[in-house]
Amino acid sequence: MTLRGRVHRYGDNVDTDVIIPGRYCNLTEAKDLAAHCLEDLDPGFVKRVQPGDLLVAGENFGCGSSREVAPITIKAAGVCAVVAKSFARIFFRNSINIGLPIFECPAAADEAETGDELEVEVETGKVRNRTKGKEYQAAPLPPEVRQIVEAGGLIEYVKRRVAAKPA
Amino acid sequence: MGMTLTEKIVAAHAGRPRVSPGEIVTAKLDFVLGNELSTVLAIKAFEQIPGARVFDPSRVCIVSDHFTPNKDLATAAIATKVREFVRRHGIAHYFEVGRGGIEHTIVPDKGLARPGILMIGGDSHTCTMGGLGCFATGVGSTDLAAALALGEWWMRVPETILFRFRGSRLRPWVVAKDLILDAIRRMGVDGARYKAIELTGPVIDALDVVGRLTLTNMAIEMGAKNGVVPADAKTEAWVRARTNLPYTVVRSDPDAVFSEVVDVDCDALEPQVAWPHLPSNGHPLSETSKRRIKVDQVFIGSCTNGRIEDLRLAAHVLRGRKAHPDLRVIVIPASQDSFKAACSEGLAEVFVEAGCVFSTPTCGPCFGGHMGVLGAGERCLSTTNRNFVGRMGHRESEVFLANPAVAAATAVLGYIGGPDELGVQPPVAPALATA
Repeated sequence: MTLRGRVHRYGDNVDTDVIIPGRYCNLTEAKDLAAHCLEDLDPGFVKRVQPGDLLVAGENFGCGSSREVAPITIKAAGVCAVVAKSFARIFFRNSINIGLPIFECPAAADEAETGDELEVEVETGKVRNRTKGKEYQAAPLPPEVRQIVEAGGLIEYVKRRVAAKPA
Repeated sequence: MGMTLTEKIVAAHAGRPRVSPGEIVTAKLDFVLGNELSTVLAIKAFEQIPGARVFDPSRVCIVSDHFTPNKDLATAAIATKVREFVRRHGIAHYFEVGRGGIEHTIVPDKGLARPGILMIGGDSHTCTMGGLGCFATGVGSTDLAAALALGEWWMRVPETILFRFRGSRLRPWVVAKDLILDAIRRMGVDGARYKAIELTGPVIDALDVVGRLTLTNMAIEMGAKNGVVPADAKTEAWVRARTNLPYTVVRSDPDAVFSEVVDVDCDALEPQVAWPHLPSNGHPLSETSKRRIKVDQVFIGSCTNGRIEDLRLAAHVLRGRKAHPDLRVIVIPASQDSFKAACSEGLAEVFVEAGCVFSTPTCGPCFGGHMGVLGAGERCLSTTNRNFVGRMGHRESEVFLANPAVAAATAVLGYIGGPDELGVQPPVAPALATA
């Protein structure tokens, strides 16, 4: 599967409080959360984002709280993938678990600018910046993590495990 | 080749003689924790699993602490769903409003976390429990749901960074919060990303258990997976006073391999203030106080610094003094036990007489949820753990992080400063060195 869209570029340490502020963490529906995506970092983001756009950021994307509504909000806002130099660990797990494609690719993240057209091949981790005419390789997911992605997320994976258990 | 404390705990729970950093293993969970916000989404995921049952209700703790007492209809509905789940599945450890407090104080205080266990929790500050010599880390809701169903989880074995806090005597008003703020300043907010941090040395040995919990509470602010203080006689006495459940004291081998060793000389360390908008933006108190930075609100509380020991320190500074007329002060004990102790020890009276709000336990103000949300352009000095943009309210508000003594002094001064400026004598050692 190839994902393609325009880039919204941000810096290092984009934390979960700016992705979805605590005051909205009493919302449980994805569409309600999406209305506040990145509100405290870039209040105009929600108006500008188009379905299929990508977030590109620096180091430690998603640091801070364990709130799973952070990747849920990004996905519900229409973002198809996040490419960053690195991800905070809880955000990384949460994204895998809820099915938000994320790619650790420092070179692509460094060189991409807001408005660039970026393309990501999900299976291979190939990242292409079509505006700049450059290609990059994202870090591969560990095989154990790929199993979860291939099962369709953690809950699908757990369903199989529970079904296999003797009653 | 030896193993680190964290590697040993993971190996023991993965049924392996040894593990190495970078390996991915499946580990048995001794304990699983959730709050109302992580649990309500976990319930959604859990209920998609046909035939799922909670693996062991006696090993699960659920606490509604973020938006409690409920702030509005949405949060009341969340708390109701969580309560129903708890009843349906017979969850053994559920703490209702008025009988609990903030999850990361309840779990250690009720003897639910113990040396050598491996636990996860649906809150990033679950790493607090590592202060008792166990492995504890935060996860999101889907991981929480899977853990509730399976009683195990997959994890990458982390490298360990060893901290050695050296020194013979801490300066007046320097407490555990300052040690960890200084360590985060040195390492940056991603300096320990994906890694374990092990906190050792004579300064840590001298801290009491509560101070150690403050240290490990903020391991996540360095990006760490877990923070751990090796259990000692103090830990064992503390745990034995709270539970008869078995525990295992685990220590790093002398030839364990650490990815990095960080030596910190603590003798010269001053109280620290983390300026907006990162916990790593630390500055010494003396430098901060020169700037006469005025604040609109002081908050004393949270899983970082809301225990009775923290309240005693704050009350020591506030006793007989008044909050500055230009600001408001909010004091929230982190647990019902601390709340009760603050009442019986006369601290509640000190706070109320000083013109502070004194209220029932909640996470509320720390994450901008309720009970003290900051408006546009407002500034807060807080004993909490995060000062990200908008953390405690409006995106144009600012949060400075400090210890409870600095917070109490700031409440009187009206600008960020320390108790020395008020002529307050430090409490008698050793209480000082261990607070």
